[in-house]
Amino acid sequence: MSAILLEAHAVAKRFGGVRALHDVSLTIHQGEIYGLIGPNGAGKTTLFNVLTGLYSATSGSFTFAGEPLKISAPHQVAKAGIARTFQNIRLFANMTALENVMVGRHVRTHAGVIGAVLRGPGTRAEEAGIQRRALELLHYVGVADRANDLARNLPYGDQRRLEIARALATDPKLLALDEPAAGMNATETAALRTLVEGLRADGLTVLLIEHDVKLVMGLCDRVAVLDYGEKIAEDVPEKVQRDPKVIEAYLGVGVA
Amino acid sequence: MNARVSFLKYAGVLLVALVLLTLPFALTAAGTAWVRITNLAILFVFLSLGLNIVVGYAGLLDLGYVAFYGVGAYVYALLASPHFGVHLPFWIILPIGAAVAALFGVLLGTPTLKLRGDYLAIVTLGFGEIVRIFLNNLSRPVNITNGPQGIAIIDPVRIGGISFGREDIFLGLSVSGPVKYYYLLLLLLLLVIVVNLRLQNSRIGRAWEAIREDETAARAVGIDTTRVKLLAFAMGASFGGVAGGMFSSIQGFISPESFVLTESVMILAMVVLGGMGNIWGVIAGALLLSFVPEMLRYTVVPVQIAVFGKLLVEPEVIRMLLFGLALVLMMRFRPAGLWPLRARQREFSKQDVVK
Repeated sequence: MSAILLEAHAVAKRFGGVRALHDVSLTIHQGEIYGLIGPNGAGKTTLFNVLTGLYSATSGSFTFAGEPLKISAPHQVAKAGIARTFQNIRLFANMTALENVMVGRHVRTHAGVIGAVLRGPGTRAEEAGIQRRALELLHYVGVADRANDLARNLPYGDQRRLEIARALATDPKLLALDEPAAGMNATETAALRTLVEGLRADGLTVLLIEHDVKLVMGLCDRVAVLDYGEKIAEDVPEKVQRDPKVIEAYLGVGVA
Repeated sequence: MNARVSFLKYAGVLLVALVLLTLPFALTAAGTAWVRITNLAILFVFLSLGLNIVVGYAGLLDLGYVAFYGVGAYVYALLASPHFGVHLPFWIILPIGAAVAALFGVLLGTPTLKLRGDYLAIVTLGFGEIVRIFLNNLSRPVNITNGPQGIAIIDPVRIGGISFGREDIFLGLSVSGPVKYYYLLLLLLLLVIVVNLRLQNSRIGRAWEAIREDETAARAVGIDTTRVKLLAFAMGASFGGVAGGMFSSIQGFISPESFVLTESVMILAMVVLGGMGNIWGVIAGALLLSFVPEMLRYTVVPVQIAVFGKLLVEPEVIRMLLFGLALVLMMRFRPAGLWPLRARQREFSKQDVVK
């Protein structure tokens, strides 16, 4: 088994009296696609938001790439190498597709106000590098032909892909996708699957929240199931599918 | 094809430059007042471009922007007048004014980082009033601002032996003080525009726009929104500081009355009218709202007297009436401004992208 990339240690999150996450521990290995599933309201997105710093955990901690992950602000998580997409797409609607991805390079570049104003050779080279990399990524996810269109004008499937390109622009070690196939038709889902498999082939680790069970079971190397904020299973898809607790969480307890 | 386009572009730029360079002489023929009006209009362009960074790029509604104008003006007045007996040259004071204004920008920005929209507007409005009230009252126990009386006999700009406060003859051509200021302001304006354009197409400019579009997503892709927002406040404020300094030296006299809320509202109206986020739109908005009222001032009275034989409606009343009407019409028909941001799309030419 390959090295461990991310470890969650007994992560808990409460909203007042609501226990959204209860001592969730999980382990994601380098280079795998790790699925996170569960019925609605199970705490999947909450876990995402805690991991990426949008919420602060009530208790528990994360270890990322062998070091404790300090989550005091989302931008530090991005800097550490975790990038995410959102369940309801959050693009910069009035910026072009290319600019959206260029913003993703922010965390790996340095030019400040003075650099921008003087626009010396260093800044110009960096700027050219940003644009080149952004274009590469647009090609990679397959929306390069829409590079100059405002993000708001892209078709739904392309918006999802653009959001992935923007996340990839931060040079992540772990890419966290929050329901990337939501609202996609069969063709778009198939293309997304190819894209995510390509990411794994290129050595990226992917954490995937998904409702499309068929997609998750076919794509993921391992799957964790959350129910009422607790992890009830974590294993390879074939075993998880047959786990009685998982079946119970999705279908309810048999009466007979 | 491309060569032809760039030739037309250069010809256009040349023509604009020629018009701008000869403009003061045409204006002098119409009356020196028009040169002064033009100078003030350029100051409003500075202010609008500064506010555009905060409101147009970063999307932070600031209703107290005039405070930075005031800070810049008072920094200049205090460092170049008999009030303290300090007489520093303008090229030292302007950067100081910009820096002090930027500091005030950070001062305003820090407590408002978590606020958005209406709430931010209210706090910034309060900030603008606080600064004005301070200027009004900082005459006791130690007299710093001279209170409501303001500060007078502020030094005009001096370059070498040439004072901008009086008329001079160059090459047999009589050049008045306002005309000299016009050229200085034109030079500064060029600088301000270049700085603005470069900021817009930079890593920082994109970060500002990202925050405007979706702050949560901006944080998720690694933008330190705290820092980047404060930078927007500071940069925007520094433009206001420079404008304030020039205002001080041109007017020779300032008092807190010049830095009231309606000025903030006016600058914001210029930004919104022109097209938030687009430099050229903002410039157009500032020029339009600076010149049209002045034109009315000179036409409303004679027209009424010619038509009715007496003055029925004061120019000021008509000005506000038209202003209100213009804003209503604009919100109805061109909510994004006269010259909106959309033009940006063409910045990256197609051939760079399609391979």
